[in-house]
Amino acid sequence: MEVAKKQLRIATRNCGFIDPENIEDYLGVRGYEALANAVTSSTPLAIIDEIKKSGIRGRGGGGFPTGNKWEFAAKNVCDQKYVVCNADEGDPGAFMDRAVLEGDPHSIVEAMAVCGYAIGASIGVVYIRAEYPLAIKRLKKAIDDAREYGLLGNNIMGSGFSFDIELKYGAGAFVCGEETALIRSMEGSRGEPYTKPPFPANAGYWKKPTIVNNVETFANIPAILVKGSGWFSSIGTEKSKGTKVFALAGKINNVGLIEVPMGITLKEVIFEIGGGCPDGKEFKAVQTGGPSGGALTYKDSDVPIDYDNLLAKNSMMGSGGMIVMDEDNCMVDIAKFFLDFTMDETCGKCTPCRIGSKRLWETLDKICSGQGTESDFEKMKSLAVNIKDTALCGLGQTMPNPVLSTMNTFADEYLAHVRDKKCPAGVCTNLLEIVILPEKCVGCTLCARVCPVNCISGKVKEAHVIDQAACIKCGACIEKCKFNAIVKK
Amino acid sequence: MAKISSIADLKKFQEDFKAKQAAKSDKIIVNVSLATCSIASGGKSVMAAMQDEAAKLGISNVEFMKSGCMTFCHSEPTVVVTLPGKEPVCFGKLDETGARELVQKYLKNGEAVGTVVPVNYVRVEL
Repeated sequence: MEVAKKQLRIATRNCGFIDPENIEDYLGVRGYEALANAVTSSTPLAIIDEIKKSGIRGRGGGGFPTGNKWEFAAKNVCDQKYVVCNADEGDPGAFMDRAVLEGDPHSIVEAMAVCGYAIGASIGVVYIRAEYPLAIKRLKKAIDDAREYGLLGNNIMGSGFSFDIELKYGAGAFVCGEETALIRSMEGSRGEPYTKPPFPANAGYWKKPTIVNNVETFANIPAILVKGSGWFSSIGTEKSKGTKVFALAGKINNVGLIEVPMGITLKEVIFEIGGGCPDGKEFKAVQTGGPSGGALTYKDSDVPIDYDNLLAKNSMMGSGGMIVMDEDNCMVDIAKFFLDFTMDETCGKCTPCRIGSKRLWETLDKICSGQGTESDFEKMKSLAVNIKDTALCGLGQTMPNPVLSTMNTFADEYLAHVRDKKCPAGVCTNLLEIVILPEKCVGCTLCARVCPVNCISGKVKEAHVIDQAACIKCGACIEKCKFNAIVKK
Repeated sequence: MAKISSIADLKKFQEDFKAKQAAKSDKIIVNVSLATCSIASGGKSVMAAMQDEAAKLGISNVEFMKSGCMTFCHSEPTVVVTLPGKEPVCFGKLDETGARELVQKYLKNGEAVGTVVPVNYVRVEL
C-alpha cells in the first residue's frame, strides 16, 4: 500500500531499525563518525559554528538556539565544565525522549561527547527519570560499550580529549525538567528552580559552566555534523529548522510517535498522518506543549507548525506532546485537568505559582460545577496574567496558558457553563441531566437493572423515568440502552 | 575488544557491518519492536511465538533481532519482516495466534496476513 510520506525521521532515524543494545549496529550506520571527525580533524569553534549554521533550536520546549548556548559555555574559561542531558520527560502524554533513549541510546552518548569537545567539558551527566528503567538499562549499556571501544574515557582516539558520562536519576517531579531545578536536584538539593541569570551556560552544575540540552536536541547533533548544516537548514521554516518529534495521543486514530518537518500544517498532522478522530467524531482541538501550552483548533489547521507560530497562537512547541480532543471533550474541564496537574507539580517556592494555581483551579472547579459567574472570567484573566508575569520559573510562567488559551478560543463554552448552566460537551456532571426519551424507550428494563443507585423506575414495556435528584450521572444506562433512548442534556 | 583509535578503524566497522548485512541477504530478517510500550503490549510473547513456530516448521534461514520504538503505537505489537530480495513489511496488532499465523503464511509462503502497517515516513540515513 502506498501512502503519502509526510514524515521525515532525523532524530528518530535509527529507532526501530537497529538493535539498541549492540554498539556495532550503531557503528554500522555511521555512528560515532561525527565524534571521530570532531576530535581528530576539527576544532571546537568549527563545531559550534556548524551547529549555529544549522539553525537548530532547543527541542525541550523553549526553542533557544543550541549553537549560541554552546558558544556561551565555550567562551567561559573554567577548570571544569559539564554537559547535561535532560531526560526528565514529564509532560502528560509525551514519550519522544523515551523512544530515542530506548531505540538509539548511542546517538545521545555520541552527541554529548561532541558537545563536551565543543565547549571543553570532560564530564557528562544524563538526568533521567527513574520511571524509565528500560531506557536506563539501555543507556547504561551504551555508555559501557562506548567506553570499551574507546569512544568514551581518557584520550579518545588519541586526541587528548577525555569525556565520560554518568547517570543521575530523577524521582518524578515535573519541575525538575526545568533546567535550574534539574541542576539543584542533581546536586542533591530539593528540586527547586532559581532565578536566572546566572544562566547555566555561565554558572550551572556546581556553579560551573553547564550545557543542558534535551534528548531530542542531542539526537539531531550527529546527523547535522555528518550530513552538514546546509542539509539540516534546508529543512523546516525560516526560523525553525529541521524536524520535530511529536507524541500524538488522545482522540486520534493513529496514536503514535511522529517526526515531521517544521512548517507542516496542523491539518496534515491530524488528518493525514493521524487519520482524524475515532468513531467519526468531530475534531475539536489539540493541546500542544502539554500543561504549559494551549489549544489549537480547526481554525488554526492551516498554520505552519513552528516555534514562533505556536507562540503567536498562545500555545508553544513544548517538548512535543500533542493531545487531540474531539467533540466529547469539554474545554473548561480540559483546562481544569492541566491545572490540576501543574497545581500538584508546583514546587511551592514562589507564591504566584503555589497559591495562584490553587485559586485558578478552584475557579475552574466552580465553573464546572455550575456555581460560576461572568465576573469570574475577569478575575481568572487578571490572576492568570499576574502569575505569568511574576512566577519564578518556566513552570509557573506557562501554567496559566491552558486557561487563557481555552478562554480565548472557546469563550462560548465558558459562557454556556456560567450563563446557561450547561456543559455543551456533556462532561461536567453537575451541569447535565440524563433523560430517557419516552418515544424511544420500549421498556426493556435493562437500564433500571444496571443503574447502580436504583434511580430508574418504570413498568415492563412502558417508558422508564430517571429520578434526577438521585441520579449520579454515571452514564451506565446510556451505554447499556440498545435503543439510543437515553441521552445527556 | 579492539578499541577504535582512528577514522580508519571506524570505517572498518562500517565495512564489516555492510558485509554482515550483505551476508544476511538470503535470510529472513524478523525485527521485533521491544521498547517499554511494545513489551507491555506483548512484543516479547510475539517474538517467542514466532521463534517457536519457525522452529516447528523447520524454517532455519531466519534471524530475529530486537529494536526500539517503531512509532506505530496504534498497532502495537509490531514486527518488520524482510524476506530475501523483498522490501521490509511491517505487521501490527499481533498476538500469539497472529504471530504463529504470520510465520506459517508470510515467512513460509510470502503470503501477507493480518494487519499490514503502511510506512508513512522517510528515514534519513547517514
